[in-house]
Amino acid sequence: MALLEIKNLGISFGGLRAVDNFSITIEKGQLYGLIGPNGAGKTTMFNLLTGVYKPSAGTILLDGDNITGKKTKDINNAGIARTFQNIRLFKELTVLDNVKTGLHNRYSYSTLTGILRLPKYYKVEKEMDEKAIELLKVFDLDKEKDLLASNLPYGKQRKLEIARALATGPKLLLLDEPAAGMNPNETTELMDTIRFVRDNFEMTILLIEHDMKLVSGICEKLTVLNFGQVLIQGNTADVLNDPEVIKAYLGE
Amino acid sequence: MEKSNKTNFHLSKTLKSNLITYGIVIAAFLIVQLLINAGQVSSLMKGLLVPLCIYTILAVSLNLTVGILGELSLGHAAFMCVGAFSSSLFSISMLEAIPNSGFRFFLAILIGAAAAAVAGIIIGIPVLRLRGDYLAIVTLAFGEIIKNVVNVIFIGKDSNGLHFSMKNAMALNMEKDGKMILNGAQGITGTPKDSTFFIGVLLILVTLFIVLNLIHSRSGRAIMSVRDNRIAAESIGINITKYKLMAFTISASLAGVAGVLYSHNLSSLTATQKNFGYNQSIMILVFVVLGGIGNIRGSIIAAITLTLLPELLRGLNTYRMLIYALILIFMMIFNWSPKLIDLRKRFFHKNKAEREKV
Repeated sequence: MALLEIKNLGISFGGLRAVDNFSITIEKGQLYGLIGPNGAGKTTMFNLLTGVYKPSAGTILLDGDNITGKKTKDINNAGIARTFQNIRLFKELTVLDNVKTGLHNRYSYSTLTGILRLPKYYKVEKEMDEKAIELLKVFDLDKEKDLLASNLPYGKQRKLEIARALATGPKLLLLDEPAAGMNPNETTELMDTIRFVRDNFEMTILLIEHDMKLVSGICEKLTVLNFGQVLIQGNTADVLNDPEVIKAYLGE
Repeated sequence: MEKSNKTNFHLSKTLKSNLITYGIVIAAFLIVQLLINAGQVSSLMKGLLVPLCIYTILAVSLNLTVGILGELSLGHAAFMCVGAFSSSLFSISMLEAIPNSGFRFFLAILIGAAAAAVAGIIIGIPVLRLRGDYLAIVTLAFGEIIKNVVNVIFIGKDSNGLHFSMKNAMALNMEKDGKMILNGAQGITGTPKDSTFFIGVLLILVTLFIVLNLIHSRSGRAIMSVRDNRIAAESIGINITKYKLMAFTISASLAGVAGVLYSHNLSSLTATQKNFGYNQSIMILVFVVLGGIGNIRGSIIAAITLTLLPELLRGLNTYRMLIYALILIFMMIFNWSPKLIDLRKRFFHKNKAEREKV
């Protein structure tokens, strides 16, 4: 069974149909790319998937459960985590605390336990610390764990955002332009990291990207969006050689 | 092995910072006690000791809303008002039933905190849907509403029990032996004077314990994540409404505790513009802003300094408010000017680097 199945999803703002009749099927463990020119509706898709916008038509099935129209926090609990195009970290928290906030719903003790510092507080906090540091090590961020997130260099902030998303224990990870603003070296490194995450966390990943090197390098399947509609879907190599796609991207 | 050492180091760092904060309060208490024993404190200053505790608690509790939750509240004095009146009512009606003043005051504190917490929840549910300036304006309005409502409540007690009215004292229809407890705008008289400097300092420590421990816990991280980035917090499954309301309610109930101290420090309690109005709310906000938003230790220091200053400057008479204003401006520049923040950071890092070298 497919992990994510979207059928005929649509939303309009005023008279503009930002996403129209969008369908996609993503299998478990796939690395799937969503590409398209600026304004094609890619980020809107992510916002629909994570409950920031409520779709006006269509259904979203995650692992067979209907999550259409649910709240953002409930969708996260159902198993979708994301990163943002413009980085959204908790800037005044440390790197470690950013990841620990991501672990919020997987480790629990009551507020009163926290205030009274009961033994359970120390036990759970220690578990959270260990789990968070384990995640930070994957992204080579464990040495910076006590820095404020805002003091990290740009590339590492992007990585931290992925680590925080992974901390919530998702089934599906959405990456919104993970390579934006990165130099070629950082991009290559990021590609390795994304592959590593997919293999070691048995993660399914859907990503939006403009960097064709990254897209052709790691995505197995692609969907091209243009003016809110699916232009073409299929294997990466076939899609990138399609004359329609070249036209949409480069013009006649 | 190495990993566990690292985590311990992380915990001990925040613990160290917390211990310094507690230490400052305890040291200040001991110094004042020594001065009192040596007869070096004027009666005017002695009268200021409990208010100092009250303002410190208020500043720390408001910092939870403004600094940790990141929402500007301009109605903090109203929660103090709720705490003050509810606890006063309790203490007066229980004067005979519970003769032990220590135990009665303890219960009064709990009741003041609980009443303010309830007010916090009731006001918080609608208000926390707003953000930024709008939230500030609405909290300001709610603050005034609470203060004015308290001014039209009449409560009396006679052989038939308690009577309640919102019209006037006559509407209570009391028997001849009836006694007014809360007499509208004339307020409450005869609250037992249970507040002491010692209890005040104890309550500061309790407030600090609650706020500091909350910040460094799972719920505290959730609250701060809402402050730093609401959308991201939601995307990782944080229940925003719950944590906003939690921070707001705890902040309100601690302000209620300050109110209990306030009402049990005066023989007659009235709700006026000066003590529970927006002037007071802004005064508390000034402590928080000057001490550094989100900086708990700074709030304590600002509250103490700014409460003591006008009294210390009393000798200068005409120039008193002038100097007070200048000090306010200098503190603001010192705490908020980017250049000075930079300078302080550099100084701090240099020290830290040297310490690590040793």
